[in-house]
Amino acid sequence: MDIFLQQIINGLVQGSIYALVALGYTMVYGIMGLINFAHGEVVMIGTLVTITVAGLLIKVGMPVALAGLAGLIAAILCCMALGWGLERIAYRPLRNAPRLTPLITAIGMSIVLQNLAMIIWGRNYLTFPPLLPKMDFEFAGANFTLVQVVIVLVSAATMGGLLFLVYRTKLGMAMRATSQNPAVASLMGVNINRVIAAAFVIGSALGALAGVMVGTYYEIAHYQMGFMLGLKAFTAAVLGGIGNLAGAMLGGVLLGLIEALGAGYIGDLTGGFLGSHYQDIFAFVVLIVVLMFKPSGLFGEKTGDRA
Amino acid sequence: MQAKLSVVALSVAAAFALAACGQKEEPKPVAAPAAPISKPEVVVKLGHVAPMTGPQAHLGKDNENGARLAIDELNAQGMEIGGAKVKFELLAEDDQADPKQGSIVAQKLVDAKVNGVIGHLNSGTTIPASKLYSDAGIPQISGSATNPKYTQQGFKTAFRVMANDVQQGKALGEFAVKQGVKTVAIVDDRTAYGQGLADEFKKAAEAAGLKVVANEYTNDKATDFKAILTKIKSTKAELVFFGGMDAQGGPMAKQMKELGIKAKFLGGDGVCTPEFMKLGGEATEGNYCSLPGMPLEKLAKGPEFKDKFTKKFNAEIQLYAPYVYDAVMVMADSMKRADSVDPAKYLPAVGQTNYDGVTAMIQFDEFGDLKGGAISVYQYKGGKLEYVETLGGGAVAAVKEAVAEVKEAAAAGAEAVKGAAEATKAAVEKK
Repeated sequence: MDIFLQQIINGLVQGSIYALVALGYTMVYGIMGLINFAHGEVVMIGTLVTITVAGLLIKVGMPVALAGLAGLIAAILCCMALGWGLERIAYRPLRNAPRLTPLITAIGMSIVLQNLAMIIWGRNYLTFPPLLPKMDFEFAGANFTLVQVVIVLVSAATMGGLLFLVYRTKLGMAMRATSQNPAVASLMGVNINRVIAAAFVIGSALGALAGVMVGTYYEIAHYQMGFMLGLKAFTAAVLGGIGNLAGAMLGGVLLGLIEALGAGYIGDLTGGFLGSHYQDIFAFVVLIVVLMFKPSGLFGEKTGDRA
Repeated sequence: MQAKLSVVALSVAAAFALAACGQKEEPKPVAAPAAPISKPEVVVKLGHVAPMTGPQAHLGKDNENGARLAIDELNAQGMEIGGAKVKFELLAEDDQADPKQGSIVAQKLVDAKVNGVIGHLNSGTTIPASKLYSDAGIPQISGSATNPKYTQQGFKTAFRVMANDVQQGKALGEFAVKQGVKTVAIVDDRTAYGQGLADEFKKAAEAAGLKVVANEYTNDKATDFKAILTKIKSTKAELVFFGGMDAQGGPMAKQMKELGIKAKFLGGDGVCTPEFMKLGGEATEGNYCSLPGMPLEKLAKGPEFKDKFTKKFNAEIQLYAPYVYDAVMVMADSMKRADSVDPAKYLPAVGQTNYDGVTAMIQFDEFGDLKGGAISVYQYKGGKLEYVETLGGGAVAAVKEAVAEVKEAAAAGAEAVKGAAEATKAAVEKK
C-alpha cells in the first residue's frame, strides 16, 4: 500500500507539471486553433533564465529565497516577452495562411529556440540552484519533499487563477468571444490582436512558472529539456480535450498518474514480459482509447466549423 | 517530429560542411607561394562521429576536443608519409547518439572517402555504423564504444582502445560482492551500451552468488525515475546498479535519496564523470563507479595530457577525450608504419599496433579489442572522483582474477560453477 501511495505522489507531482505546461498549449489552441510546438522551448528558456539570474544573485550574496523569487520574476518577464515576440514575428503574419503553415513554423521556432539556447547556455547540463529548503516528509510509508508539495499547490493555485481570469474578467470574456468567432468578436469591438497576444503572453508566463518548478524539482536543466516535456504536455492537452482549460489540467494529472502507475506495475501485471521501459505504452493506449470513443478528448466540446 | 528535426539538423550540418569546404580553399593559394619547392602535400581526412547535440552533447564535444588536440599536434609535427607531407583534417559529424543518424553520417563519411574514422561515441551508434565502414574498407577506432558486440561481428576494420563491457561488467560484479551486499537491483537505459553493461554485470553478480531482485528500465532521455525507483524500494535491494550515462545517473542518484532509498549506487564509465557529480549533488557521495583503463594521474603521460587539454580548450576533461586522442594517434602511427594513407594498405598495420599512448600501452587482439584492458574503480568523494583500485589489466592480474573467480565459484555452489566455467570458457576463447 505504501508503494502504491508513493506512486500516486510521484504521478501527482509529475502530472501537475504536465498540466501547467499543457495549459499553455490549450490556451493558444482554444483561441486561434494553432498548436504552438515552441511552447516546450519557452519552458526550457524559463528554467535557464532562472539559473542564470538566481545563480548570479546568490553569488553576490543575496539570500536564496529572494534570489529565487527574482529569478522567477525574470524568467516570467523573459518568457512573456518571448511569447509576445513569437506571436508577433512567427504567427501573426500567417494568421490567414492554411493551417499547416503555422504548424510548420511552430516546429521551426522550436528548433530555432533550442539552438539559440545551445549557443547561449552551452551543451552541458546545468544544475539548478536549490531554491527551496530541503525538507522531507513521511506519510504512511511514502516519502515526499517540500518541493513536491509546493509544486502541487502552486499548480492548483495557478490553474484556479487562470479559470478566474477566463470566466470572470473582461479579458477572459474577450478571449472566449475570440475563440468562438474571431470575425464577429472583432465586429463587437474586441481587439483580436491584443487578445491573441495576451493568450501567448499568459501561456508563456505559465510556461516560465512550470520551467522554474521543473528546475527546482529535478535540479537539472539542458537546452533540450523542453522537447520531451512539451510533447508530453501536448499529449495531456489532447487527452483532456485540447482547447479546454479544465481538460488540460485533468489530462495532465491523469497522464502523470498513468505514467507512474504504468512504470510501477507493468512488469508485475505482465509477469515480466513487458518491463518498465514500456511505461509510455500505458499513456498512449489510454490516449488512443479516449480518442476512439471521444475524438475531442475527455472535456472537449464539439467545435464544428471553428478550430 | 523526430524525423523532421533530423532532416533539419542534417541540412544544417551539411551547410556547415559546405561552409567548411569553402573556407578550406582560401589558405592554399597563400601557402603555395610561400613554399614553392616544398614536397607535395597530402590531405588525410579523418572522420569523427559523436553526439554534438542532444542529452550527451557534452560528452560528444569532449571527444571531439580529444581528436582535435591530437590532429593539431600531428600537423604541428609535420609528419611525412610515403615521401609526402601529410596534413590531417577532421571531418566532425553529429550522430545525436541515435543509431539511425549514426548510419546516415557514417554513409556520408564513406562517400567523402575518409582515410579513417574515429568513433563513434556510443555503442548503439558504433555497431550499425561499423558495417558501413567495413564494407568500404575504412579502418575505425572507437575511443569509447564498450559493447562487446562491436568487435565480435568479424569486421577487420573495427578496433577500440578501451576495455569492453565483458571485462567491465565482470569487474563491477566482483566489486559489488566485495562491498558485502547480497541483493542488487539493476536499471539500464536500453541502449546497446547500457543494456550490454547491465547484462554483463548481472551475469557476473549472479555467478558470484548475488541475488538480482529487480530489473528496471528507463531511456537515455529520461529525467524522472521516481516510478521505477519506488518499485526498487519495495524490493529492499542493497545496491542499485545503473547501466547508462551521467545525464540520467545523476538525477537518479538524487531521486533515490529523496525517496529514502538507502541502497548504494554503482555504475560504469558512463556515470564516472564530473557531470554526474554535478547533477547528483551530495547524493553521489560515497558511491562507486568504474572506468576502463587507469586513472590519468597514475599514467606517465596523464598529467601532461590534462594540462595540454585544459590549456587548449579551457574545459575540464569529461570522460573519453584521452582515449579518443590515443585513437587518432594510433591511426596516424599505423599510417606511418605502413608508409601509406590508403586504408587498404595501412589497415594491417593497425592490427599490429604497439603504441605507448596516454591511456595505455595499446596493442590489439585478433578481434580488435584492447589487449589486457584494465578496469579502475573510483569513489565519489567531496565532489571529486577518488581512485580506489584497479582490477584486471596485464596477464598476471588476469590469472589472479581467474583463480579468485574459481575459488568464489566453488563456494557459491554447483550452479555458480557452471556460470563461472562458461565465463572462463568465453574468456579463453577470447584470448
